[in-house]
Amino acid sequence: MQKTLDQFAIGEHGVVRHIAGEGKMRRRLLDMGITPGAEIMLRKKAPLGDPLEITVRGYELTLRATEAQLVTMERCGG
Amino acid sequence: MKYFALAGNPNCGKTTLFNSLTGSTAHVGNWPGVTVDKRDGVYKKCAEPVAIVDLPGIYSLSPYTPEEVIARNYILDEKPDCVINIVDATNLIRNLYLTTQILEIDVPLIIALNMMDAVEKTGDSIDAKELEKRLGVPVVKISALQEVGLHELMERAFAESQKERKGTTVLKETPIAHLIGDVKIALSGQKVANPLFHAIKLVEGDEIEVEMHKDTLEMVDEFKRTHTIGSFGNDFEVLIADGRYNYITQHFAPTLTRKSKHKFQMTRSDKADRVLTNKWAGIPIFLVILFAIFHLTFSEDFLYLGAIFGLPTLAELGLDLDNYGVRWLACLYDGAIFSPGVIINNIWNNMLVGELFGWIQGLIEGSGMPTWLVGLINNGVIDGVGAVLSFLPPILVLFLFFSILEDSGYMARIAFILDRLLRRFGLSGRAFMPMIMGFGCSVPAMINTRTLADDRERTATVRVIPFFACGAKLPILTAIAGGIVSISNIGNADVITYSMYVLGVVIAILSVLIMRGTTLKGETPPFIMELPAYHAPQFKNLMIHLWDKAKHFIKKAFTVILISTVIIWVLTHFNFSWGFLDDAQINDSILAGLAQLVQPLFTPLGFGSQIKFGWVFVVAIIAGLIAKENVVATLATLAACLIAVNPGAGLGGLDIMAEDGVDAVHAMIELTQITVPALLSFIAFNMTTIPCFAAVTTARSELGKKRFGWTIVFWLVTSYVTGAAMYTIGSWWWTLFIWLAVVATAVTLIILYNKGKIKISIPKLRKKNKSKPSCCSECSSCPSKCDSSTRDDENN
Repeated sequence: MQKTLDQFAIGEHGVVRHIAGEGKMRRRLLDMGITPGAEIMLRKKAPLGDPLEITVRGYELTLRATEAQLVTMERCGG
Repeated sequence: MKYFALAGNPNCGKTTLFNSLTGSTAHVGNWPGVTVDKRDGVYKKCAEPVAIVDLPGIYSLSPYTPEEVIARNYILDEKPDCVINIVDATNLIRNLYLTTQILEIDVPLIIALNMMDAVEKTGDSIDAKELEKRLGVPVVKISALQEVGLHELMERAFAESQKERKGTTVLKETPIAHLIGDVKIALSGQKVANPLFHAIKLVEGDEIEVEMHKDTLEMVDEFKRTHTIGSFGNDFEVLIADGRYNYITQHFAPTLTRKSKHKFQMTRSDKADRVLTNKWAGIPIFLVILFAIFHLTFSEDFLYLGAIFGLPTLAELGLDLDNYGVRWLACLYDGAIFSPGVIINNIWNNMLVGELFGWIQGLIEGSGMPTWLVGLINNGVIDGVGAVLSFLPPILVLFLFFSILEDSGYMARIAFILDRLLRRFGLSGRAFMPMIMGFGCSVPAMINTRTLADDRERTATVRVIPFFACGAKLPILTAIAGGIVSISNIGNADVITYSMYVLGVVIAILSVLIMRGTTLKGETPPFIMELPAYHAPQFKNLMIHLWDKAKHFIKKAFTVILISTVIIWVLTHFNFSWGFLDDAQINDSILAGLAQLVQPLFTPLGFGSQIKFGWVFVVAIIAGLIAKENVVATLATLAACLIAVNPGAGLGGLDIMAEDGVDAVHAMIELTQITVPALLSFIAFNMTTIPCFAAVTTARSELGKKRFGWTIVFWLVTSYVTGAAMYTIGSWWWTLFIWLAVVATAVTLIILYNKGKIKISIPKLRKKNKSKPSCCSECSSCPSKCDSSTRDDENN
């Protein structure tokens, strides 16, 4: 089942399939290790629901819902 | 001398290593991106002294942020003798991503594996020998904080710097290895230095490289037209990033042995964050922490114990307040227990500085020097310096708290929590940090805006930072608020001080909204950051922060401020024909003459032509431009002069030179008959006008010439309008409706204009624009746009 990262619930994890967007924002996501095949878990959401904190490649990273929207995920483990 | 560059991710301990190596006291903080400048220091324990250059923290050598470009250009153009790449061992994979890019440059490289102690604490381990073999460059385990392994690191780096190293790449196994090889050969043929690095960046489609090597680009495009590679198509940017991470995971990561096999384990930081960034509790906790900081720093009734239990004052206890021991006691308690910040302040001002300066002044008075010299030294120099030094305790205590928040990692959470809120004003959560630092000092705050990737967001942030009343503006608030309370029965000084802080923040928010809606339009910048793990603040780091602040401030007190105080004293004690004037003849002084000239300009603000000696406030404002600490110091000096002019005013009982300036303001109010709204307008004007000289210089270097010019105009207009609004509304409450109407009209106009419903044509400026093609409509410094900026600024 595919959905974008911003639609994940806390504790949910999956594999990156595709990164949309362009230029600076996309490159930043790539540099941070969000590349196709990388595993991501949504760790927490800020009190106002946005930004999100994820675990990717063994570290924590925060990004906004609008950025997370660019990342298409495949959910694993049901 | 040899040059070694320190490169690494933000927050990997780079600055700590720099400090340990050079013994310098540079700023260290647990905030990604604290180091935004290139700084030098010297390491002396090698065979010859080595200059160490601290590069800004970066994640990649992409061309997108100023930090990345600074670091990249430094390594490529300045050709350091060795690059020391600090790798945070707790975050090996992400940190090695940058390493794989530096490896491609033809420069000697050594890896400093930092924070190994933290890794070993969790039971994990890294095989440094094996990693060294796989990377092909030396790897040394260090602890920058405990200063372990530094000598070995430097010895090996020194040995490396004697050798040559050719760039290597981890992309050998990717489908584009061949293309990279071909481009590299082509670039080598053109005698380009670092051909491998440039070849890879060119294949990636890096903006800077594409500009630089247009001819060779054809080759890459040709390849892209004919090849598609699996799921990547011809998106080589993704392919390369993926290639790097895959290589790291397959070849470098196995050197790390993890104790726990859980991939997504909850750590202690996570547990803390369950509470601290909780959906419901997160924001209230943040507000409580902010309140606690201000309470601990400024409250004269700690935990409100005095008010709750009705504790007696020292006088009520029948103690002799002139007794030396009792005076010490009075630093801690008088009808209420003081908060730690106030206690430190009292001890410093009443006991240490007060006693010392009083003693020196006594000596000088008895020394038989000419009257004018005694006056110059005692009233000009010593009182001026004393007034400035008295602000040291609150600034340092406040800074201590902010440093604790920063070092513990909570500051990053604040950005996380508030990002959503700040986005409404067109800023990112990261902008909060520099703004809050503005409460301490505008200078480091402005420099820290470099962590903001977006240029317009940066400009807007730099412009409003001075509205967050800095430590030096606090005395203006407390002195004038104290003065107001002492002559009227209006509330208490705390309320006035607090509302003025809030006013500054409100004006900052309004200004950002208006700027982001007009002259600095643009998308809300992205917010990608790390939340560092919480850790207990290091005592050494905290002390370094504080010493840095204290040093800077004391230096300012004895240079800029001392000189300006002396200048002011000279200007008030000499007339235009350079004859020495007695205190009583101040009306004839040079400064009085100059200030009287501009005084009418301030009539709408309440301290112009309508009051007696209105020029004293003008003089204080002018002195404040040199340093905000001068505003109160100047008022005190002038109050002493005016009292000498009007001996009949019956103000003999006031301690004009008291460090807090309350009595000086009290005397000023009596002498000038200034009204309360005008005093509030005076505070508001000082809060929002051009900041001190140091901050102005910083803003200039951060913003560039053009934007800086408009920034000055912005500050002047904002402060003038704010002051005028304050005075008119305070004096005649119904003018509030006029102001509201003006603001509402302006806001409506902006919204309609942005929606394209109305058009304002500026034919004259458009023409000018055409003759200057270099100024496009995109940039905010454009004359056509700036015209609307001046109009909008007036609505603040």
